[in-house]
Amino acid sequence: MGVNQPLGDNVKLTTLDSLVNWARKSSIWPMTFGLACCAIEMMATGAAKHDLDRFGIIFRASPRQADCIIIAGTVTKKMLPIIQTVYEQMPEPKWVIAMGACACSGGIFDTYSVVQGIDEGLPVDVYIPGCPPRPEALLYGLMKLQDKISKERNSFGSTIGLGERLPPAAA
Amino acid sequence: MAENHRAVVKLREKFAGSVLEVKEFRGEVTVTVKKEEIVAICTFLRDSLKYNLLSDVTAVDYLGREPRFMMVYNLYSIPGKDRLRVKAPVEESPAVVDTVSTVWSTADWLEREVFDLFGITFTGHPDLRRILLTDDWVGHPLRKDYPLQGPDREPYAGRLS
Repeated sequence: MGVNQPLGDNVKLTTLDSLVNWARKSSIWPMTFGLACCAIEMMATGAAKHDLDRFGIIFRASPRQADCIIIAGTVTKKMLPIIQTVYEQMPEPKWVIAMGACACSGGIFDTYSVVQGIDEGLPVDVYIPGCPPRPEALLYGLMKLQDKISKERNSFGSTIGLGERLPPAAA
Repeated sequence: MAENHRAVVKLREKFAGSVLEVKEFRGEVTVTVKKEEIVAICTFLRDSLKYNLLSDVTAVDYLGREPRFMMVYNLYSIPGKDRLRVKAPVEESPAVVDTVSTVWSTADWLEREVFDLFGITFTGHPDLRRILLTDDWVGHPLRKDYPLQGPDREPYAGRLS
């Protein structure tokens, strides 16, 4: 008998990178890590008016389920090892967003007890300025992260043993 | 005015040799006493004058002055509905005061904070450790000779632009 149309028009051809990057950038699950007033803006961004859910961004309360950590606020020297522990508990792939002046550079807290930028302790992907940044700024930062993820090359392939990771695509 | 304060009258009677100064500023009465008598005075204030709430313990670093430190105890009397501030000068070395945690147990953590940030030691304290900073911290940041931006950084030299 045979099947005349075995696959129908259900096939789409693409590359592994586009598929994986599309999936990853459309389901960024950030770890909730509010440290100061930036956390209030982060919550506002997640709430009804700005609604992060429409980007597939759903806050997770456990680092085991998260693939992005938004450092929302002032990082003290006492807090830094705790943040690093949380970051290490997150599974790969993982990204870091420094939200606000304090997380980017220490902000107004140019003092002995405050880390002068979270990039002293974690590899930051996106810096969002502002004190605190408005929800629109956080949204823009998350979209920048999406752009960055969509330019990754062979990051999935390299983890399953298919060659090396390649530098990101140009545009 | 300050001399009529109920605590000042009693303290002048009972601890005449230990009261160094009595001051009033904007309705707040401050009594400066010798640090050797601090526990006896605090016990008297709590038991006889009903200053049963120790709202805060802190210190001041008068760098360059002798004695260098000043302990500050802010008291409130719930039955009497009035406040009193007791101060006691502490020299730089040894920077040691008797603990008042035996008088008000609130003083336990408050004195740990003073120890942490000023490096003043409290004899008789049940558990004198750092409370705010990490255990391996070097120095006492609220001392005036502690660099504001930390010992591992160049001090701020003003705007470059």
